[in-house]
Formats: sequence, structure tokens, C-alpha cells
Amino acid sequence: MEIPTIVGAGLIVIGAGLGIGKIGGSAMDAIARQPEASGKIQTAMLIAAALIEGIGFAALFAS
Amino acid sequence: MQKPFYFKIFLVAALLLGGNIFAKENNHPVEESKGSLKAEIKEFIGHHLLDSHDFTLYTVDEEKNEHVGFPLPVILWDNGLKVFSSSKFHHGASVAEVDGNYYALNHGKIVKTDAEGTISYDEHHHATNEKPLDFSITKNVVFILLVAILMFFMFTKMAKSYKNSALPKGMGRLLEPVVLYIRDDIAIPNIGKKHYKRYMSYLLTVFFFIWIINLLGLTPLGVNVTNNIAVTLALALLTYLITTFTANKNYWKHIFWMPDVPVFMKLVLAPIELLGTIIKPFSLMIRLYANITAGHVVLMSILGMMFIFKNWIGSPLSFGLAFALSLLELLVAALQAYIFTMLSALYFGSAVEEHHDH
Repeated sequence: MEIPTIVGAGLIVIGAGLGIGKIGGSAMDAIARQPEASGKIQTAMLIAAALIEGIGFAALFAS
Repeated sequence: MQKPFYFKIFLVAALLLGGNIFAKENNHPVEESKGSLKAEIKEFIGHHLLDSHDFTLYTVDEEKNEHVGFPLPVILWDNGLKVFSSSKFHHGASVAEVDGNYYALNHGKIVKTDAEGTISYDEHHHATNEKPLDFSITKNVVFILLVAILMFFMFTKMAKSYKNSALPKGMGRLLEPVVLYIRDDIAIPNIGKKHYKRYMSYLLTVFFFIWIINLLGLTPLGVNVTNNIAVTLALALLTYLITTFTANKNYWKHIFWMPDVPVFMKLVLAPIELLGTIIKPFSLMIRLYANITAGHVVLMSILGMMFIFKNWIGSPLSFGLAFALSLLELLVAALQAYIFTMLSALYFGSAVEEHHDH
């Protein structure tokens, strides 16, 4: 593995981490606002996080 | 007499550092072997990730090639069917001779060789030998069949427990909440009340299969089926085929001729949407494969730390981290099964969605 590949992998992880973090944070806010909808919010959060994760892994394997 | 708090901290720090220095001094003569130890751990992890032709429980002596386990049948198609036991390979140490043909193991794959077992490599270090078609019952196949049998008995038992009363007993009581959860929280909201029954059998099968096989991967048996990309490819392909063949007119219309957008946009959107139908199952495949692979690699690397540090800080640290990570992996095992089922249901839902005015 050369240095540029490692840098690329790091960038991918930063991007995916930011994305999933933002989803998690927003879901927390939403649950705090409407605790009765927490089930639906969690489902939507997991799907969105899984989609970002999928792209992240695809990019990691390409790098 | 009560000692002050900072004194205790100082004491702990001194002991930790002292232990570290002491351990370093102790390890000095074996410093050169550290590189080879790291390489050995890397090789062990690499081996763990591969499928294998024999089922090794543990290795007694690496140099003497002593392993505890049992061989599995090898089935090859190479100008006729060749069936023999993988014990003939002696864990890759020797060449197997069947009907005048010679076969050897090269990184877990069977290649055809001459009597001495010479394997020639090209410049990318891939073997150039002829590879026979391999239909062997490998470790992964054994565990897939095992899970299939297990699931068959679990669910026939569950079905039987409903015969006498509406209240299930035993296995039924264990599985009922999960089955109901998949029906009420995954299938019905995503597919809709009208069509969900058609897809329930697939969703339940895929959920329990991935879950059980991920859990088996966390046992010390050393199984890891879902980090084989061929297995996840097959699962994703099933989702793709079911989506494609059960899709209604509305689904295809939204792909090739998106309603309510200008004609120019329709032409632009059609190839993107068509590509999207393939990217969806592709991401299912990569997600499951990469999550389980990453989990196994990190877990085994942390366990490998124990053998590299070899002192009284490294081992508890490695043990604690491995324990915490194993708990996380328990969650991931269920979560990946859930995500796969959920997204499959979402795709099925989009395939059978009825037309409604925008």
C-alpha cells in the first residue's frame, strides 16, 4: 500500500464518519423532540446509516 | 492512615511504567523475531478469512504439520468427476494423486500440477496452473448446510407447536416475537398489506440465515461464511431476481420513462435508474461482506496484540478490548441481518408499489 492510498482511505473514513455522525445527531434531536416516534426514527436512521456505510466500504475496497 | 489520592495515581503510573520498562528489557533478545511474529499473525488472519478444504479446530505444531480437525470431501470436475478426501493434501503439505492426475493446494485453491507439485507463478504472483472446476464441500458449504438443517428443524418445531393451541411452546415461543417483528415492522410498512405475504418466506429465511451464520462466526469454531463475497453475492442476487421478476408495470415505467418530468430529463434519468437497480443489490453484497470481514480482522488483530506485547499490560488490554468488541459484534451480527432484510423489503416494496397520482 502506498501513501496516497492510505490518505484516501483516511478521507473516506472521515467522510463516512461525519455522515453517520450527523445522522445519529439528528436522530437524537428528533427523538428528544418526539419520543413517541422513536421507533420510526430509529428505523430511518439505520437505513440511512447503512447506505452511507455501503458507499464507504465500496470506496475503501476500491482504494 | 489514608494516603492522598494523587499518591495512588503516582503509584499506579510508576508501576505501569516500571512494568513496561522491565518487560522491554526482558524482551530485548527476541526483538528480531518480532517482525516474523507480526507476519505470522497476519498470515493467520489471512488464513482465517479464506475458505478451506479441511476443518481445522486447532493447530498442535505448525512445523510438524500437526492439526486437530477432520478432512472434508473434495469434488472436482476435470475431464470427469473426481471425488477424494482432503486428507490427501495433508493440509497443503503434499500433492494428491487421483487417477493419474496430481492436484495441490495453492492458498486454499486447488490447482493441477505434475507429480512433484510444481506451481508456476506469473509476475503478479498468481498461479498459472490449470484450475479444475471445484464443487468441493468446503468448510463454508458445511456450515451453510448445517444452518439450513438447523433452521429446518427450528421452524418445523415452531409450526408444530401451533397445532394444539394458539399459544406456542418451546421453540415457537422463542421465535414468535422475531417472526412477528419481521412481519409487522419490516414487511408490512415497506411492502404494504396487499402484497407482503408473497415475500414473507424469503425475508424470514434471509434474516434467520444471516443472523445464525453471523453468530456462528463469533464462536471459536472459526467459521466465517458471510465474509466470503460469493455467499453475499448469492444472497444479493436472490434479492435482485425477486425484485426484477415480481415487479409490476409501474416499477418499470418509473425506470424507463419517469412520469411527470420533461422529456429530456426522462432520457437522462433512464440509464441512471437502470444502473440503480444493479447498484442496490451490489451495495447489499458489499455491506454484509465488508462489515463481517472488518469485524473479524479487527477482532483477530486485537487478539494478536497479546502475542506481540507479551507483558502484563498488553494481555489484559487485549482481552478487555476483544471482549468489548465481541459484544459489539453480537450487535452487528443481528444488525446486518436486519439491514439486509429491511433493504430487501424496501426494494420489494418499490417493485410492487401501485400507481398513485403525483
